[in-house]
Amino acid sequence: MPDAIIRVENMTAAYGDSVVLDRLNFEVNRGEIFVVLGGSGCGKSTLLKHMIGLYRPASGNIWIDSMDIASAQGLARSEILKKIGVMYQSGALFGSRSLSENVKLPLEEFTSLPGDAMDLLAWSKLKLVGLDRYLHHLPSQVSGGMQKRAAIARAMALDPCVLFLDEPSAGLDPVTSADLDTLIKRLNQALGLTFVIVTHELPSIYSLADRVIMLDSATKSIIAEGDPAYLRDHSADPRVRQFFLRQSHETP
Amino acid sequence: MQKMSASQATTPFRIEVALSPSGSTVSLAGRMDAPSIGSSWAKALAAASSPPPLTVNLAKVEYMDGAGVALLLALKKQNPSLSLTGLREEHAQLLAPFEKIALPENFKAPAKKDHPIAGAGKLTHHLLLDLREQIAFVGKLSTLLCQMLFNPKIVRWHEVFLTFQKVGTDAIGIVALIGFLMGMILAFQSAIPLKQFGVDIFVVNLVALAMFRELGVIMTAIVLAGRSGSAFAAEIGTMKVNEEINALNTMGLDPDRFLVLPRVIAGILAMPFLTIYANVIGIFGGMLVATTFGHNWQVLWAQLLTAVAVSDVLTGLIKSFFFGFLISSTGCLRGLQTKLGALAVGESTTRSVVSSIVLIILTDGIFAVVFYAVGF
Repeated sequence: MPDAIIRVENMTAAYGDSVVLDRLNFEVNRGEIFVVLGGSGCGKSTLLKHMIGLYRPASGNIWIDSMDIASAQGLARSEILKKIGVMYQSGALFGSRSLSENVKLPLEEFTSLPGDAMDLLAWSKLKLVGLDRYLHHLPSQVSGGMQKRAAIARAMALDPCVLFLDEPSAGLDPVTSADLDTLIKRLNQALGLTFVIVTHELPSIYSLADRVIMLDSATKSIIAEGDPAYLRDHSADPRVRQFFLRQSHETP
Repeated sequence: MQKMSASQATTPFRIEVALSPSGSTVSLAGRMDAPSIGSSWAKALAAASSPPPLTVNLAKVEYMDGAGVALLLALKKQNPSLSLTGLREEHAQLLAPFEKIALPENFKAPAKKDHPIAGAGKLTHHLLLDLREQIAFVGKLSTLLCQMLFNPKIVRWHEVFLTFQKVGTDAIGIVALIGFLMGMILAFQSAIPLKQFGVDIFVVNLVALAMFRELGVIMTAIVLAGRSGSAFAAEIGTMKVNEEINALNTMGLDPDRFLVLPRVIAGILAMPFLTIYANVIGIFGGMLVATTFGHNWQVLWAQLLTAVAVSDVLTGLIKSFFFGFLISSTGCLRGLQTKLGALAVGESTTRSVVSSIVLIILTDGIFAVVFYAVGF
């Protein structure tokens, strides 16, 4: 029996009166790479923002390591948040701090490591994403792809159990993107880190994902769940096949 | 491969040192993550400071993450010849990216300190460049304003009206409050000494002249600089950061015409209205205080008419046009000069308010001299 680290139960997400996601139910198992798929505007990022506790679901629960992030407050909430790391789509690095200081920020706040240990740790995280030569650069002084990689380094600073990555490889060149996939795989295997990734990149989906779910904007629900290669070859749902085979809505 | 759970129950981090004639062995055991090794970091480094040959035994390490790797790297840096034994395969994978890589000597940012003379030179250069940019900007704006006279269509009037509403109409409350209090305070402070000579009726002269000639317009200008000039800088600065200015440029739209001109026109138009309003309210406040000293409104009104000449009213009004131009154009210029990042937006906002206020005071001084020279 797989051990679920995240359980989403009957979760409905809504902005005001407009429902974006309707009664979702799924689980993310400990140590797996879980990918959320779907066309633009189907609520992938909304789902992610609910899972990391930024938004509260209109109804339903989200359990992270058997704690409900939707209703947690104060200390309990920060206890849950320490278990997760998030990389935002735009990087969301703090512009006034260098890359190394960005990575060090959570270490300064949540650990008792001495200063030189934090420096070394920040360096090692940035080395992992290939940015060890840019320790003292400000985010605005490096490219967009580098900012994303630095954001991943910051999300990993505390070695959380779950890493949420919102479109990690968007805007990266194929080589860097493949490097990133290798990094994700290595962290997953060596540390047992769980990854929840929102992405469109088919090659990285095939090479990384243990399991995917696909959201659909029309039904506002999950239309497919399982192994990506299996879904591509065997799904009966035309919407799922269309996504994996990159077919256009228009027939030429 | 068997995936290891991150939160499996593990024993706390421990350090054991064994010395033998053939060399020393440091055994690390338990959980090697940031919370557990944080307090033992220095201890671990001290334990591994014995002279080589040194062996670090990791057979009893149950969990290791990035912090554990950092500790091993620190040990290696301190004692380059040490050998690791008992390293699990999954932990070796974590260490793999750092093998054959020299750690940086220090992690401090390279100091960039100039010689004081070089620093002074750079600062001067910077200030002169900024001055040049301001002059060029004023030139560009004047050209656009002249073009507007011949071809009003180049202005986006809808935008002008919206901005006028934000800059002018919405500022009425704060301008009224400050004007009213200013008039009252001025009257109150001056009435007491004037009363000693029995000429407290001249309070009206004092308040009216001060408000019309200087205070009304300066105070309104400072409110406008803080309220709207800074807003212009922040708006345009954020657009710059989000590359919206670049988008306008590549669409062939001139940001000066598109963004700056409507704001400057709105500023030039709003400033005189707000100034008149502040003057009227301020004088009303002053007269209100004067009534408490036993003067009735008819007397005060008559006194006001004898005290104020048309030129006094015009002095303030003429200045208000210029101040409106200065404030809105400075705000826009600082916005356009914004560099990258959230920090830069804050910087331009600050710079817009500071430069506006400096320019207002300087210009006011120049006007005082000019008006005196022409006998206005």
